[in-house]
Amino acid sequence: MSEPAKTPTPAGRAATKKELPDHFKGYKHVWVFIEQERGQVHPVSWELLGAGRQLANKLKVDLAAVVIGPEGEATRQAAAEAFCYGADLAYVVADNLLTDYRNESYTKALTDVVNTYKPEILLLGATTLGRDLAGSVATTLLTGLTADCTALDVDADGSLAATRPTFGGSLMCTIYTLNYRPQMATVRPRVMPMPERVAREPGRIISHPLGLVEDDIVTKVLSFLPDRESAKSNLAYADVVVAGGLGLGSPENFQLVRQLASVLGAEYGCSRPLVQKGWVTSDRQIGQTGKTIRPKLYIAAGISGAIQHRVGVEGADLIVAINTDKNAPIFDFAHVGIITDAIRLLPALTEAFRARLSPHARDRIAS
Amino acid sequence: MHIVVCIKQVPDSAQIRVHPVTNTIMRQGVPTIINPYDLFALEAALELRDKFGGEVTVLTMGPPSAEDSLRKALTFGADRAVLLTDRFFAGADTLATTYALATAIRKIGDTYGAPDIIFTGKQTIDGDTAQVGPGIAKRLDLLQLTYVARIGALDLDARTIEAERRSEGGVQILRTRLPCLITMLEATNEIRRGAMKDALRAARATIVKWSAQDAGVEDIAKCGLRGSPTIVKKVFAPPPRAEKAALIDFGSRSPAEALIEDIFKRQPKLEAELVTLARGF
Ligand SMILES: Cc1cc2nc3c(=O)[nH]c(=O)nc-3n(C[C@H](O)[C@H](O)[C@H](O)COP(=O)(O)OP(=O)(O)OC[C@H]3O[C@@H](n4cnc5c(N)ncnc54)[C@H](O)[C@@H]3O)c2cc1C
Ligand SMILES: Nc1ncnc2c1ncn2[C@@H]1O[C@H](COP(=O)(O)O)[C@@H](O)[C@H]1O
Repeated sequence: MSEPAKTPTPAGRAATKKELPDHFKGYKHVWVFIEQERGQVHPVSWELLGAGRQLANKLKVDLAAVVIGPEGEATRQAAAEAFCYGADLAYVVADNLLTDYRNESYTKALTDVVNTYKPEILLLGATTLGRDLAGSVATTLLTGLTADCTALDVDADGSLAATRPTFGGSLMCTIYTLNYRPQMATVRPRVMPMPERVAREPGRIISHPLGLVEDDIVTKVLSFLPDRESAKSNLAYADVVVAGGLGLGSPENFQLVRQLASVLGAEYGCSRPLVQKGWVTSDRQIGQTGKTIRPKLYIAAGISGAIQHRVGVEGADLIVAINTDKNAPIFDFAHVGIITDAIRLLPALTEAFRARLSPHARDRIAS
Repeated sequence: MHIVVCIKQVPDSAQIRVHPVTNTIMRQGVPTIINPYDLFALEAALELRDKFGGEVTVLTMGPPSAEDSLRKALTFGADRAVLLTDRFFAGADTLATTYALATAIRKIGDTYGAPDIIFTGKQTIDGDTAQVGPGIAKRLDLLQLTYVARIGALDLDARTIEAERRSEGGVQILRTRLPCLITMLEATNEIRRGAMKDALRAARATIVKWSAQDAGVEDIAKCGLRGSPTIVKKVFAPPPRAEKAALIDFGSRSPAEALIEDIFKRQPKLEAELVTLARGF
C-alpha cells in the first residue's frame, strides 16, 4: 500500500480542484542538501545542483545549497564549492555537534532551515545518509516525499513532476506533491549527469544556528570504521566498467571479467543473480537495487538486460553487449552488440586490448 | 522484551508483467511473498527474543489476503500477528502508511505491552522507498537506527542498545536508548527454517485483525489516498530506445579485433584515455 499501488489520478492541481493552501504560497526556490561525511562531499550533491539548476531556471527562482556539518574549513569549503556547481546562495548550519551524521541533530538542522526560509522544492541524494534524513524530515514537515527519482521536471503550473521506477522497475510512475510544501525528492548517485564545475566566487551565505547541546542528542557515535581503501569500489564513478552475468556459467569464469577490467584499468561489476549466488560481493551489483553507473564505456558479458539491470546502466555513453542470444533484451538498449560466446571472447578481448594499449602503443598515440 | 516487526506482503515482482497495450500491471496470478528485505528484520528480532526472552509481534497493513504473509511469519517463530486492514487505508503513500502503522503500534503497545524495539526492513521491493521505517520512528518519537548490519550490546536494565550502521564510507558504531526503531540491512542473517511446532501453531493461530477504528485511528482523513500528500499522475512502461544495438559483423577478422575497432571508432577519445588508465602490463 505505498504510492505505486494507487490508481493513477488525473494530473495537475486543476484536477484536484484545490488551491495551494495560503500558508504554503510563500514557499519559493529550489534547495539541494549538500551531503558531507567526514569532510568529503558526496558527488551526488553536485549532480543534484545540476538538476536543481534546471528546475530553478524553469521556475525563474533561486537555487540554494544547504550545507550542514561541523564548524571549520570542510563545511566552509563545501559551501564555496556549491557556488561553482551552480548555487545562487547557501544556507549553512555549522556546529561541532554535527561532526558525525546523526539522525536527530541533522533532522533538527534541516527542518529548522526549511521552516525558516521555506523552499518549494528540496532535493537530497538517495544515499544511506540522505534516505535516513529525508524520511525523518518529510514526516516532521508532514509533506510528500518521492524517493529514488530518475527524472525531475516542473510542469506548466509549476509543480514538481518526479518520475521513479516502481514495481521492481517494471514500470515508471510520475508523482506530484500538490498541496504541501516543500515538494521533496531523493535521487540516487549517478542518475543525474555531473554538471561542469565553473570556478566562481562564493555568493550569499546565510548561517543558521543548530540550537542543540550534546545532552539533547541521545544517540552517541562510539566509533567509525572507514572502509578499507583497497576494499572500496569506485564502481559508480568509474569511466570504464566491465560486468558479467549468469551467462558466464561459473564463478571461475567471472575471473575473465576481472582480467579484462584489470587490463582496461576499469572497475568490474555484475548482475544481481551473481550476488545472490555468492560469486561476487554485493557492492559490485549494478542495477536498480545495486549501483547506478555512468561510464564512458560499459561492457556487459552474459547479461540478459532485465529492466532492473537496464535502469542502472542507461547513463553509459557506450554500452557493448556480449551475448549468445540475439533476442536478449540487452540488444534493445546496448549501442553495440556482438553475438558470441563470452567465455571465449573475453580472454581474446583482454589480449587484444593488452596489445593495443601496450607501452609501444602509448608512444604511437602520444606522437 | 517486546519487539514489533513491520512486514509487507508484496507481489513477487520478478513475475510481474505489464500489459503491452494498456500499460497496466497484470496482477492476476502474480504470487505474493513477504517483502524479502523484511525477513532480515524478522530474523534479527527472533534472534534477540531467543537470547533475551520476550515476544515478537509481526504487523502488516494490507488487504485481507495479507494474512498469508503473517501466517508465514508465525511459522518462522513470531509469537503474534496483527493485520491492519480497512478500505480507508487503500492508496496510502509513505506519509499515510506511517500514520496508520504508528497508530497500530501504539495500540499494540497498549494491548500487549510497550515495544522495546520496532524493526522494519530496509525497503520494500514494490514501494522501494526506504522511507516507511524513518517515518514510523518520527511519528512515534523514537530514535532510529537505519541500515543496521549488526546489533551489538543490548542492556535491558540500562535500556541501551549498540549497533553497527552502514554509512556511505564506512561503519558507524552507535549507542542509543530503547525504545528505538531499527531498519535492518539485507544479507545480515538468514531466516530460520522454522520449527515443526511453529508450523502447527501458525496454522491454528488467530490473526488479530484491526480496522482503522479498532486500531484507534482518530483522523480517517490522514489515512489512505486522502491522507497522502503525493499523487501518482501517470504510470508507464519505460520507453524503448529508438534503435537496436548495431551488431558487429566480424567477417574474417577476429571478433575481439573487430569489436575493439568499433568501440574506438565510436569513441575516438577513449583510446588515449584508456592508455592512461590501463595498468595490465
Ligand atoms: C526487485 C528486483 C530488483 C532487481 N534488481 C536487480 C539489479 O539491481 N541488478 C540486476 O542485474 N538484476 C536485478 N534484478 C534481477 C533481474 O530481474 C534479472 O533477473 C537479472 O538481471 C538477470 O541476470 P543475468 O542477466 O545475469 O541472468 P539471465 O537473465 O539468466 O541472463 C543470462 C544471459 O547470458 C546469456 N548467455 C548464456 N551463455 C552465454 C555465453 N556463453 N556467452 C554470452 N552470453 C551468454 C543468455 O543468453 C542470457 O541472455 C532484480 C529483480 C527484482 C525482482
Ligand atoms: N504496508 C506495510 N505494512 C507493514 N510494514 C510496512 C508496510 N509498508 C512498508 N513497511 C515496512 O517499511 C519498510 C520500508 O518500506 P518502504 O518505505 O516502502 O521501502 C518495509 O521493509 C517494511 O518493514
